Amino acid sequence: MRIILNNTEEEIIANTLTINELLRYKNFTFRLLVIKINGKLIRKEEYDTAVVRDGDNVVVMHLVSGG
Amino acid sequence: MALTIEKRLGSITVGIAGCGGLGSNCAVALARVGTGHLILADFDLVEQGNLNRQYYFLDQVGQQKVEALKNNIHRINPDIKIDAYPVMLDPDKIRDIFQECDAIVEAFDRKEMKLMIAETVLIHMPHIPLIMGSGLAGWGNNDQLATRQSGNLYICGDESSETSDVLPPLAPRVGIVANMQANVVMEILLGKKGTIC
Repeated sequence: MRIILNNTEEEIIANTLTINELLRYKNFTFRLLVIKINGKLIRKEEYDTAVVRDGDNVVVMHLVSGG
Repeated sequence: MALTIEKRLGSITVGIAGCGGLGSNCAVALARVGTGHLILADFDLVEQGNLNRQYYFLDQVGQQKVEALKNNIHRINPDIKIDAYPVMLDPDKIRDIFQECDAIVEAFDRKEMKLMIAETVLIHMPHIPLIMGSGLAGWGNNDQLATRQSGNLYICGDESSETSDVLPPLAPRVGIVANMQANVVMEILLGKKGTIC
């Protein structure tokens, strides 16, 4: 499938992936993230059930401590 | 033109969630440009160790941060309306305290709190822009500091440098990110450069 990940078009060798599968596939290692699929927030509890499909726009933002 | 900007900012309410390094500096920047109404929330007291980056003074150590910040802002501009909440924010309090805001600045220290407010605002108050700070520890690397937007969510910082014993939060980088957040608030509420007049 082809998706847009953080504003960049990406070819992914899979028809669909859950968010957790996508994070492993892309080696995202940050523990706290804000993730949206097509503009909709995906909560941490939904990472195993929310599915990324061909054409989806996925945004992954990293939260780190400090302020 | 200057009058229009002043008028527009004067009618705006901005929520500041956390009054540490990000929140205190961002609030002061917004106050200096004449933001009409600021809502400050933080449960903490000023400590001496905060003075390396936060907008407080030595003689304020031990004071409630929101009260000390309110006083400091009023020394700059006594006309700004300030609501100061000395509370630990949670989803219910965020919805209650910040519901009338035109924009909310996330200025927490801990990432778990950052996620909490992101989920609360995106799910329950999606019409209010949320401007977050993430990745500001250490020094140098100006060019890594950036702003990313997704809908009404904005994140300022490098999204990677986390505070630790060897990478403390320090005035220059924290101040840059705090002022980036204030700058995003202005851009959202006034429009991009040139669109106001």
